[in-house]
Amino acid sequence: MLLTSTGLILRRLLIGALALGLVACGRGESNVVQGNRDGVLHYGNGAEPQGLDPHVVTGVPENHIIRALFEGLAVKNPQTLEPEPGVAQRWEFSDGGRVITFFLNPEARWSNGEQVTASDYVWSWNRALHPGTGNEYSYMLFPLVNAEAYLKGEISDFNEVGVKALDDTTLEVTLNAPTPYFVQLMDHYSTFAVHPETLLQFGEMTDRYTPWTRVGNIVSNGAFTLTEWSLNRRIIVEKSEHYWDRDKVALNSVIFYPTENVVSEERMFRVEQLHYTQVVPLDKIPAYRQMPDTPYVQAPYLGTYYYLINTKRPPVDDARVRKALSMALDRETLVRTVLQETAVPAYSITPPDTLGYFPPKLFDYDPEEARRLLAEGGYPNGEGWPGLEILYNTQEAHRKIAVAIQQMWKKELNIDVTLSNQEWKVYLDSVTQIDFQVARRGWIGDYVDANNFLDLFITEGGNNNTHYSDPIYDDLILYRAPKAETREERYRLFAEAETMLMEEMPIIPIYTYTSKHLIHPSVEGLYSNLMDSLNLKYVRLVPGRRLPGSNK
Amino acid sequence: MLRFMLIRILQALPVIFVVITATFFLVRSAPGGPFDQEKVVIPEVKKALEAQYKLDLPLHEQYFAYLGDLAQGDLGPSFKYPGRSVNEILFSGLPVTAELGFYALLIALCIGVTAGVFASLRPNTAQDYIPMSFAMIGICMPSFLLGPLLVLVFGIWLDWLPITGWGDIPGDKILPSITLGSAYAAYIARLSRAGMLEILSQDYIRTARAKGLPEWLVVTRHALRGGLIPVIAFLGPAFAGLLAGSFVVETIFQIPGLGRFYVQAAFNRDYTMILGTTVFLSTLIVFFNLVSDIAAAWLNPRLRAQFKGGSQ
Repeated sequence: MLLTSTGLILRRLLIGALALGLVACGRGESNVVQGNRDGVLHYGNGAEPQGLDPHVVTGVPENHIIRALFEGLAVKNPQTLEPEPGVAQRWEFSDGGRVITFFLNPEARWSNGEQVTASDYVWSWNRALHPGTGNEYSYMLFPLVNAEAYLKGEISDFNEVGVKALDDTTLEVTLNAPTPYFVQLMDHYSTFAVHPETLLQFGEMTDRYTPWTRVGNIVSNGAFTLTEWSLNRRIIVEKSEHYWDRDKVALNSVIFYPTENVVSEERMFRVEQLHYTQVVPLDKIPAYRQMPDTPYVQAPYLGTYYYLINTKRPPVDDARVRKALSMALDRETLVRTVLQETAVPAYSITPPDTLGYFPPKLFDYDPEEARRLLAEGGYPNGEGWPGLEILYNTQEAHRKIAVAIQQMWKKELNIDVTLSNQEWKVYLDSVTQIDFQVARRGWIGDYVDANNFLDLFITEGGNNNTHYSDPIYDDLILYRAPKAETREERYRLFAEAETMLMEEMPIIPIYTYTSKHLIHPSVEGLYSNLMDSLNLKYVRLVPGRRLPGSNK
Repeated sequence: MLRFMLIRILQALPVIFVVITATFFLVRSAPGGPFDQEKVVIPEVKKALEAQYKLDLPLHEQYFAYLGDLAQGDLGPSFKYPGRSVNEILFSGLPVTAELGFYALLIALCIGVTAGVFASLRPNTAQDYIPMSFAMIGICMPSFLLGPLLVLVFGIWLDWLPITGWGDIPGDKILPSITLGSAYAAYIARLSRAGMLEILSQDYIRTARAKGLPEWLVVTRHALRGGLIPVIAFLGPAFAGLLAGSFVVETIFQIPGLGRFYVQAAFNRDYTMILGTTVFLSTLIVFFNLVSDIAAAWLNPRLRAQFKGGSQ
């Protein structure tokens, strides 16, 4: 009896396997061909978003989806990054730029058809700044009068915070000081409005984990609405019927895929399962570059890769030694070989052309001068060198860079450097505790302004991590630059701060990041910019265009 | 039989309890917490976050609170995915991983048993060496190599099969199932060969042959039954292993299963998620071991006789 049942099972297994095999035959149209016809963009989004609550999440994949579903008071022009109307039709500055009045578009609608009002913003900013919410990006609203005090619990009446609804469509914002980048922050999801009644239906204002963002529950005000959210599989948004500028929206739908594995993502692109990839694996780039009409698109990105130096630990407690290390580093070669030209050598913390600001180039690759400085610092030709350790989080890319730098320092300065890697959270802990000599670090800007990079190194800066502290520098960043009357003057003060920083060299800038994508030729209206910021509203699909080398 | 099962279940409970306790305290002792980010979090915000997730309580209170929730089947909220509970994430991934594991096991059995039995019939000849060499390659070839190879050949060059997804495009389940199954096929081939060789040298097989039964009947009717016992015993732990170990395949093929959460939770210090997945998978492993022990006991006439004697 047992025998027959085993035989039966075996036979069934075989039939099952055959059936599986038969399905194989005949693959239909690719996602891209289908999508081009139906106006559906297949978008590689890098990872599963933590969530879709604008005041709770942090991260790039979240940003892409949230900015499809919601719209801020102002949005960024995808080409120039200058602010342009979103929910607000226009805004006026008064009191020397300290007060901004936003005039909301009376046609701006929530996806349930209700009007987006100024008081929705007051309610939402209360939530974003409330000490109970635990919004990690709450500091985005710190330029508002009393916002920081409210978050820190020093005051408890939100009416004292600098935001008021004058009527349904007029929002008045009072700032601590003129903040030239404030309007730009209105395109950051932490300043977005949420629909108060919807949130309250599912919990308290400050609750982090209610199901209000789920399909069917969520009410949003952007160009798209959420129609499917399958965990780790895909998120689908569809064109909103209530969006005020709906006539300009060309796409019917966008499907976001959590493409965590960059190698798989590239393959999906190659077989036309995706229109757009979040990144491109480094070893595939040379081949893509050689393609005629290449789908590979690379652009400078608002981020800097640098080494932090613990300015209190010998031998790098001496600025001359730090400068020697920085000058002995051949960034051009590093970028050309290890990074395959996917980065730009950096000689300052702020990336070049940050909304018209170009940081001064204060030093260059100069091994001669580096050796002289090292000798001055007490280690002529590396003699008496006590050793140095570079710390990085465990990742092949960081290791390769550290190895190259290790060799450069050995060759030019004759000093021995060791490498140490730590798992991500352990590494974060070491960096926060400043428990290292030299540590790898990257900083991606939250908004396009040099302030976002330079204020890292004020004495109180939570991301300073170097023990660098200079009251003159603090004064420049905290008081003098915000009071500058013109853009030119402000940028001149930033250049001054940049000079001070490179004089002391508490960090060694290495390279400026680039954004790297594969974009299918059928996609139009996707522009490269420093923020790698795309506005899906402007994206169009042109049927009939195929990938170079595609034989179908 | 009932007593045997009862004893095994009672033995399993302390194992799971130890797993829970050890995991709870181990993850807490790892440096870095769930809310540590590259961009430093404002202390007040971090405090608010910890309060929302009750991380501000003393550790022992957290432990007992966790045990209390667990007793009610509540694995807590995920730290990494605010708005989702660990239960929800587990149950969204489990059916996918289980389906993948099931297909993989089917494929493994088909290939493994056939190859193993075939090889055992003519030991130490080409008929033995060839399939067994393939089995060895199968064991040695990691899925992060086999997966991309299959994708390259069947997905990109031949363009027959989709290369990612699960249930999105017809046929997208084939490559991941084969990739995951092939390593297990190799184990099963070796196990069934060994099992069969042992049985084929037994006296009762000689008797069967002596009474003139055709060879195929000897094999299917008499030998397979005993020869596959090691395979059956292997299946339970193998299925549990497939559920816990499908991470690589799920990542290569972008499959929305459990494995990805299981591994990422540790990197994210998503305490509740680490505990939830560990408790869940260890329970599964214990359970499948139990099931396969029972199945093996039933298949083995000698053991079965013992139980019958015992329970009467």
